[in-house]
Amino acid sequence: MYEFVSGPLVWIAFIIFIGGSLYRIYYMLAGSKKEKVVFPHMSLEHSVASLVHWVIPFNNQSMRKRPIFTIISFAFHICLIFTPIFLLGHMILLDESLNISWWTLPEGVADWMAIIVIAGCIFFLYRRLTDPVVKNVTDASDYLLLAITALPFITGFIAYHQLFAYKTILIVHILAGELMLIAIPFTRLSHMLFFVFTRSYFGSEQGHVKHSKDW
Amino acid sequence: MKPTIAIREPVVDDALDQAEAKLTPEQIEKVINEVIDKETGGRLWTYVNTCIHCGLCSEACHWFLSNDRDVSFAPVTKIKDTLWVMLKNKGKVDAAFIKRCSQIAHTECNACRRCGMYCPFGIDIAYMILVVRRICAKLEMVPLYLQDTVHSHAATMNQMWVKPDEWIDTLQWQEEEAQGYVPSARLPLEKEGAEIMYSVIGPEPKFLAQLLGNITVIMKVAGCDWTMPATAGWDNSNMAMYSGDFEVMARVERLHHETAQRLKVKKIVMGECGHAFRGAEYDGPTWMGWMKPPIPIVHAIAFYYDLLVSGRIKIAKKVEGPVTSQYPCNVIRNAGLGSKLQYIMNEVCENFVDLIPNDRHAFCCNAGGGTINCGPPWKKIRVQSAKLQSENFKRTGAHTIVTPCHNCHSGVEDIVDKYKLGMHVKFFSELLIEAMEIPEDLQP
Ligand code: HEM
Ligand code: HEM
Ligand code: SF4
Ligand code: SF4
Repeated sequence: MYEFVSGPLVWIAFIIFIGGSLYRIYYMLAGSKKEKVVFPHMSLEHSVASLVHWVIPFNNQSMRKRPIFTIISFAFHICLIFTPIFLLGHMILLDESLNISWWTLPEGVADWMAIIVIAGCIFFLYRRLTDPVVKNVTDASDYLLLAITALPFITGFIAYHQLFAYKTILIVHILAGELMLIAIPFTRLSHMLFFVFTRSYFGSEQGHVKHSKDW
Repeated sequence: MKPTIAIREPVVDDALDQAEAKLTPEQIEKVINEVIDKETGGRLWTYVNTCIHCGLCSEACHWFLSNDRDVSFAPVTKIKDTLWVMLKNKGKVDAAFIKRCSQIAHTECNACRRCGMYCPFGIDIAYMILVVRRICAKLEMVPLYLQDTVHSHAATMNQMWVKPDEWIDTLQWQEEEAQGYVPSARLPLEKEGAEIMYSVIGPEPKFLAQLLGNITVIMKVAGCDWTMPATAGWDNSNMAMYSGDFEVMARVERLHHETAQRLKVKKIVMGECGHAFRGAEYDGPTWMGWMKPPIPIVHAIAFYYDLLVSGRIKIAKKVEGPVTSQYPCNVIRNAGLGSKLQYIMNEVCENFVDLIPNDRHAFCCNAGGGTINCGPPWKKIRVQSAKLQSENFKRTGAHTIVTPCHNCHSGVEDIVDKYKLGMHVKFFSELLIEAMEIPEDLQP
């Protein structure tokens, strides 16, 4: 079981993640080509300007208006993306199977980063349950996305600390990680793929076409 | 997902009620799928598949903020209650639902694009609202008063049923009025090869003719080579753009641009109106696949700015006391003229008290996007939902609010009236006429 989950299934998950992502991006671009205005409106300069204002915290009005949310959102996303990529546990597996490796996070730091992601998910869950606007636009899929995001971190944390049933938890963890990878292209977690494009388009439309700004 | 609870006072709008009575589910399904499949593409698909349901856009919307943060007015809710349901049900919705869609899209959103600036993904809710309007318009679900203006556009090529002889009479009358200030002023009709074609919106000759007199004086003092068309094509307004009747929108814009081409002018200067600029500069050309207007369009704000900067008009006596200005969404947030507006305000007013928030972050007057054209049935909720902007005006302590846009002008007058602000509402040209120097050789 462990061999299968940590071997072929990892490959399958990555192939689906990468292939699915490419397909979804292709689908988006093809659909945008159909609309005669999208590509002619794009401008590299204004796309970059928009991204600079929206990937740097507090670099736009919207983020300045909600400082707590902004800090949590950035901490959450940074930890979410960097923890698995620079995790020692992951690197060992990678090194064993493919003989490649890179810099890793000190284990204590990685541990805290996992906690930040879990805390971030709890914060988002709390908003979903209490903020009237968010609650009104929430359905099962939103809870599912939060669960898919949190699960690899919760199980990874338990496995690392060997809190209980190490072998089983590790298998569950790997399955959860694979589920998340597969879910990214095919659910609204695809916001990870589309962020650059939606921002670039809006930035271009505001800047290039309308001579204004989008931050 | 549970339906949103939206509590509204009942409103009687005959056009919506009649459309509701006669629409069939088959028609509705066909039109929704036709519009979604044939007229939308990557943008709508990506927006719907990216929106993470975070609600951050709500903080941007004056409807939401003015109504005690009532969720049914939040931008994302407006999409949930319209497009999400249409997409999920693949167009299988009933007539009552389409009626509610029209209420949301035509009467409760100004397509002001402020929320797009607050969504972390830059999801353009206003664009999606226009898709909803498009579906409604194809189903003839458009508020009565708004539809009447569209009929007027279609029949007369102007918004206000102005007849050809009334148009010319009004221009001649205003030429005479202008000559009261500057005897040599002329309002040249049909001058082929002039540098500028000046165009206005339908309500100017109908209700606000003195603005035509004002521009005649300004053009003379500035020494501009200009003309106005004597034929249809003089009206640059476009309510069909806002109802969702893009076929009529395109006819209007095409005629406006073709008239300028017929007169062989170098540019079109337009009066103080925001939506007209949007239609002529952006929505019209993109729908027709032109990308750019064939002849450059200059909004009054940019035009006055050029005249002041180049010294072609000089200010003799600045307007006294605190004056503030509305920032019309379609020429500020959506055309970047904010700093030019600030410049001309400072040039012409002794004490320009700016709004907070200002420039592209300023709030809509809540009349824009065609909502004011939905007429008296929808006025109460519209003015009630401008509460936030009324407070922003009040804080300035100004005696006059300048509105370089016709929609803003009427909307701000409603605000001043309802919230008892006791402020004057003026177009920029009215201040300019008071403040501008009339050279001696031009004086009577
Ligand atoms: C795809 C296959 C994956 C495999 C084979 C895998 C494997 C592992 C292994 C072996 C550990 C170490 C457990 C220990 O120290 O005993 C671990 C820990 C962890 N993994 Fe994964 N993982 C995968 C995917 C993911 C994904 C997608 C994420 C998150 C996005 C993730 C997040 C974590 C975290 C947060 C920890 C624990 C960190 C800590 O608390 O120190 N893993 N994983
Ligand atoms: C570079 C990639 C990514 C970008 C730019 C990005 C951007 C965003 C943005 C702008 C939001 C909206 C709310 C906020 O600002 O927090 C958001 C929310 C969220 N993102 Fe991401 N994201 C990325 C990757 C991911 C990934 C890989 C996941 C998980 C697999 C993820 C999970 C979430 C979750 C769970 C939320 C909160 C949803 C809620 O409110 O319930 N994101 N993201
Ligand atoms: S476009 Fe303007 S009025 Fe419409 S939802 Fe967005 S902020 Fe509100
Ligand atoms: S801010 Fe953007 S992503 Fe969030 S709910 Fe509004 S439209 Fe959707």
